[in-house]
Amino acid sequence: MLFNRYRRGLFIASFLAAPVILYVIYVISPNIQAFYMAMTDWRGVTATPNFIGLDNFQRVLGDSVFWKAVTHNLGLLVLLPAITIIIALFFAYLLNLGGDKGVSGIRGSTFYRVVFFFPQVLAVTIVAVLFQQVFRPDGSGMLNGPLMALGIEPVGFLSNSGIAFWSVLGVLVWQAVGFYVVLFSAGLAGIPRDVFEAAQIDGASRFTLFFRITLPLLWDTVQVAWVYLGILAMDAFAIVWVMTLQQGGPDWSTTVMAAEIYRNAFGYFRFGYASALGVVMFLFTVGFAILSLRLSRRERIEY
Amino acid sequence: MATTTPVAPVGTPSRSAARAERKRRLGPLGVLTHATLAIWTLLVMVPIIWTFLASVKSEDEIFGAAWSLPSTLHWDNFARAWEQARIGQYMLNSVIIVSFSTFGTMLIGSMAAYVLARYPFRGNRVIYMLFVAGMAFPFFLALSPLFFVVQNMGSVPVIGPFIGLNTYAGTILVYIAYSMPFTIFFLSAFFRTLPTGVAEAAMVDGASHTRVFFQIMLPMAKPGIISITIFNILGQWNQYQKPLILLQDREKWVLTQGIADISTAAGYDADWAALFAALTLAILPMLVVYTVFQRQIQSGLTAGALK
Repeated sequence: MLFNRYRRGLFIASFLAAPVILYVIYVISPNIQAFYMAMTDWRGVTATPNFIGLDNFQRVLGDSVFWKAVTHNLGLLVLLPAITIIIALFFAYLLNLGGDKGVSGIRGSTFYRVVFFFPQVLAVTIVAVLFQQVFRPDGSGMLNGPLMALGIEPVGFLSNSGIAFWSVLGVLVWQAVGFYVVLFSAGLAGIPRDVFEAAQIDGASRFTLFFRITLPLLWDTVQVAWVYLGILAMDAFAIVWVMTLQQGGPDWSTTVMAAEIYRNAFGYFRFGYASALGVVMFLFTVGFAILSLRLSRRERIEY
Repeated sequence: MATTTPVAPVGTPSRSAARAERKRRLGPLGVLTHATLAIWTLLVMVPIIWTFLASVKSEDEIFGAAWSLPSTLHWDNFARAWEQARIGQYMLNSVIIVSFSTFGTMLIGSMAAYVLARYPFRGNRVIYMLFVAGMAFPFFLALSPLFFVVQNMGSVPVIGPFIGLNTYAGTILVYIAYSMPFTIFFLSAFFRTLPTGVAEAAMVDGASHTRVFFQIMLPMAKPGIISITIFNILGQWNQYQKPLILLQDREKWVLTQGIADISTAAGYDADWAALFAALTLAILPMLVVYTVFQRQIQSGLTAGALK
């Protein structure tokens, strides 16, 4: 018996050793160090970092570029989930319930689902380079080419500071929609068909069917989507860093928190200050988490 | 499928009648539905196909009218992208790093998830919460310290040169560590749902804990393992920020870095034709693999999100 307990303990320890060690070294320790590094003026050259207390945070308050980045993240946080979820819900509804009499899938739904998902399997960096070409400001750009052929002024999708942010948002939506169509379709598949049929027999219109039946039953999945898209909106690094002019430009019109953290750390070698920005980003993330838990709390529907 | 449904010969009236019947049933709403879905299909496909077309154009054609077709097919663009722009090298680096890191993630991630899900012991909850808490921390918080952690690993005696900055193994270890939270969160939920009877019977028959895990529990957890493996392969293949700070030596760059570099750093003398070829090389294999395994990939990723 004692031997067995010893063996059990040894087994647990041997299975946990590697993951725990790796996790502590590469995840836990940098995250904890970040909070300390945020209170130093560490530039990576001196032997030991110089402790300066909360000075970095005071500087963050006056950092207009960073606050622009914050507003862009907040803008994305509201718009990206809202637009993506609405489009994806609409498509998922059409694909799964848009068929005969409004209770069955339509023909070719598998094909649409496969194609809509394409952007999701491409790396964000690849998508960013792709759209850099699509958005090119001259006649050789995919969008500006036809516009100029029609005699319309070319649009500065990435070079006009009033438009660039919307281009970033558009690309993020373009990439995300397919995944959520599939996610919502999976959610819809889990709802018993007779619920829809019963409502149909009772004379519910397509409109009622969507807003009074489908949406409430899908609420859990929508919540998951909101959290995932929120995480995406808080980051948005690769698309901004690779696609936009001057990596967050023009005129800081597209920069995000993550890009400013990276720029301060590996562009200006202000590791201490970058960590302080990281702490601020962390606070925003926690804020988002608490807010979304509060907002989405709702009676759960059992079926 | 194996039933004996009579197949009407192509072009017979019955077939066109069926088509007409379908059209009639489709109605205006059905047409509108298909039109809407077709528009999004075009929105997705046109930029991708446009890129494929540009990859066989000459430099002059690329700077000409955007919607023109290539007059002759310039396959040499691909040769230049592969050799001079080093897409071949970057792709190889990506394959090496992702295959080892996904394997490592799945091996130690499933081991940890199994123990945490099925062996109550002192500290179990604490370790589990520690792993899961990792999902709440944005990667950019750890950005600077992580760089120095990996740099310092480089001066560890004996193994240092293999796990510091600009090394495959160093990057692989970081990928594995950052994949732990979601992998453990997902798989331990999965292991908890598996029945206990089979494992107990094997233990009574004298199988060791390790053997029960590898020969019984792991095969039983196969659906969950496949889901999360797909999730990790895609996630690690698409990494950009981590290699950006960990792999600054061009020799070790992964595909995403290579592609991003051609377009950002190249400037006026950029080889645009090669850029489009490089993009095609990065996109096409992913689309082919995805189309073949689309069922597993879709269900794998959505299961990952819904658990």
